[in-house]
Amino acid sequence: MIQASTLAPRVDGIFWMLTGLSVAIMLLVGLLILIFSFRYRRGSKAKRGPVPEKLSGEIEIGWTVATLFVFVFVFWFAAALDTEQFEIPKDAMEIHVVAKQWMWKLEHPNGAREINALHVPVGVPVKLVMTSQDVIHSFFVPAFRTKQDVLPGRYVQAWFQASKVGTYHLFCTEYCGTDHSRMIGGIIVQSPADYARWSSGQPQGDSLADQGAGLFVAMGCTGCHGGSAVVRAPSLAGLYGRAVPVGDGRFVTADEGYLRDSILLPQKDIVAGYAPVMPSYQGVASEDDVVKLVAYLKSGKVK
Amino acid sequence: MGDAPEAGLLGREPGERNYLTAGTTVRSWLLTTDHKRIALLYAAGITFFFFLGGAAATLMRAELVTPAGDLLTADEYNRTFTLHGVIMVWFFLVPSIPTTLGNFLLPLMIGANEVAYPKLNLFSWYLWLAGGLLTLFALLAGGVDTGWTFYTPFSTLYSNSHVLLAAAGVFVAGFSSIATGINFIATLHLLRARGMTWMRLPLFAWAMYATSLVMVLATPVLAMALLLLFAERAFGLPIFDPRAGGDPVLFQHLFWFYSHPAVYIMILPAMGVVSEVIACEARRRVFGYEFMVYAMLMIAIIGFMVWGHHMFISGQSPFASLVFSALSFVIAVPSAIKVFNWTGTLYRGQIRFSTPMLYALGFVGLFTLGGLTGLFLASLPLDVHLTDTYFVTAHFHYIMVGGSVSAFFAGLHFWWPKITGRLYSETLGRFAAVSMFFGFNFTFFPQFVLGYLGMPRRYHEYPPEFQAWHVMSSTGAVVLAFAYLWPLCYLGWSLVKGERASDNPHDATGLEWQTRSPPPTDNFAEPPIVTGPPYRYHEEGYAPHAPAAADEPQRP
Repeated sequence: MIQASTLAPRVDGIFWMLTGLSVAIMLLVGLLILIFSFRYRRGSKAKRGPVPEKLSGEIEIGWTVATLFVFVFVFWFAAALDTEQFEIPKDAMEIHVVAKQWMWKLEHPNGAREINALHVPVGVPVKLVMTSQDVIHSFFVPAFRTKQDVLPGRYVQAWFQASKVGTYHLFCTEYCGTDHSRMIGGIIVQSPADYARWSSGQPQGDSLADQGAGLFVAMGCTGCHGGSAVVRAPSLAGLYGRAVPVGDGRFVTADEGYLRDSILLPQKDIVAGYAPVMPSYQGVASEDDVVKLVAYLKSGKVK
Repeated sequence: MGDAPEAGLLGREPGERNYLTAGTTVRSWLLTTDHKRIALLYAAGITFFFFLGGAAATLMRAELVTPAGDLLTADEYNRTFTLHGVIMVWFFLVPSIPTTLGNFLLPLMIGANEVAYPKLNLFSWYLWLAGGLLTLFALLAGGVDTGWTFYTPFSTLYSNSHVLLAAAGVFVAGFSSIATGINFIATLHLLRARGMTWMRLPLFAWAMYATSLVMVLATPVLAMALLLLFAERAFGLPIFDPRAGGDPVLFQHLFWFYSHPAVYIMILPAMGVVSEVIACEARRRVFGYEFMVYAMLMIAIIGFMVWGHHMFISGQSPFASLVFSALSFVIAVPSAIKVFNWTGTLYRGQIRFSTPMLYALGFVGLFTLGGLTGLFLASLPLDVHLTDTYFVTAHFHYIMVGGSVSAFFAGLHFWWPKITGRLYSETLGRFAAVSMFFGFNFTFFPQFVLGYLGMPRRYHEYPPEFQAWHVMSSTGAVVLAFAYLWPLCYLGWSLVKGERASDNPHDATGLEWQTRSPPPTDNFAEPPIVTGPPYRYHEEGYAPHAPAAADEPQRP
């Protein structure tokens, strides 16, 4: 099967190793059953009689330890790749994904939008910041061996680095209702030059952060968080990535998830020293709006 | 022994009383507290649900022959696979072996006259039936489109179908499961015959014990998950709703805390059946009896600690995923021990390839392949690629259908003479066993390939490049459907015209073979006394179970 990401050959390595191991064990068990079945069929002249107690004990312990050893090795081998994969490259290009019944909405850093299609350049790490507007979906690109559940009310992240130019399936694999099997799209991997050409041909609009800046004013956020109003609410300048002290002595890192929660569920973790007066933007800000607001707060353009 | 003159249906001789002839009115069946009759009540219900679930499967495989959704609409397809899953898991696979073979055999195998709580046993059947009918009503009157997993927030906030009714049915049936578990545990602790120590228990009885532990400890968690689901869907309590601060993944944790151990509710009884059949048909003591017992207990215990491997891609912490991955590998060790020991039991045996033996050997093969593919899913990076694809579908069908159902058929054929007093045609039986093995592999092996190629589960339409594998799978399903229907014919025939069975047609050592076929209502004329370990098949001149006062000093 086609391997179109840097991860794919390594996952396949484990796949084929396990397949080899499985074939070996199946052959071992199958052949033993066949040989014993033939040799010790009822009426055959083979020698019977008991197996020595001591020998059978040693066999038992032997194969228990052997399987444990093999399985622990496979676990370690597979887990090592996963731990490595967990670090998302810092320079990854960031794509925002909003899933809903039954489509994928994708937004590039420069504001270009796509539905059920994603253009990416080959050889560049791509980070997906994903959320769902309704139920749980799952972002699955078989050719990349990448899959991640997309949860409502939360940001989840995944990343990949495409290694081959071409168009690949994008499936939703978490069952999500009537048109689950139609919630599919394509990932179009292009050479950097083609991607640049495609990208420049898109109606760019404002970048996500710029749109977010507009919303920040339009939705009245500046009323409290604006530079002159720090009495009622903390300033948000330089907030992203910082550890924020909240009520009971804990610190929360102001990542995408925290920013998002603070917009939709403001009572959850209030910055120490401030009264819980912020209203929830649940139902006011759409999932797309929240994405833009968060992009603005991350951008370093906040004053 | 078994060649009595022609008699009434099922009965051995006219006038001879057994549990079947002990009362012929409908009332005598519906109010019975005889564990053997209750087993048959369950058997009737389970057969009905099995063929209903099978019909849904057939419809799905027909739909998937072409890539376009041309036979069913999307909603119809979604409701069909939900019906298939809900019925098969909760009303067939989970109760199948424990409630039929377990109810029938457990008291007989330990030399008891009854289960510990006969009335509770009958009540369990009514609970199960009530749950089944409730769910069936929901599934047929409009249907449910959530899949058997009922994942939130889809099931609580978005699905326009009879989720509440279906969940209520599963909830009620859960209590039946708990009651059966309690009953079996009490029976094994209180009612073992004199001399039947724990290390002399047949492995099937041990399997029932391990299974019952899981049923009693895990099922309440499912009940809680369904209650919470009910509270959110019916009353809008924000438990899983993320917009109100709820956590949709919480439901998955609660759900799989039951539903992963539930796999062991299906497979442990199967292991018990297969151990009995292989020992008898190979005429060997089960290789490493003690290891087999401990392996089953280990599976039951570790089975509670691996639920998180269903959530590797749900956004749970990577550390949690690592721990669940490691534990999932660990549970494969006792499973491997069982496979090696069944193989070892054949060594130096006197193997007879009877129908039950063919089913049992088929089980070993399918369970091994199912178990090995479980390792793929326990490996973190591979699980990311394979989960929610047909690879998973194939994997759990190998374990739950290839394994559990093959073993159920092995047990059904093995104890058929004891249960009904009749013999079936060995030729027809062997043919069914072999067709089931090939039909099964033909149906589900292509699904491993499909899954690796990236075909997602629960798709009613699919990209055309997957078609060849789907056609293969659907063709296999035809063979498999035949293999499941065929025993219905010759076993039904044997009820009416089958040759009379002797009390112990397999020449087996278990206590259940020491009474008449079919057994009298009170099981044993005299309480048996056990003087040695089970499965002493290859010791010449050994009389496994002596009548009272024959040997061994009596205990006060």
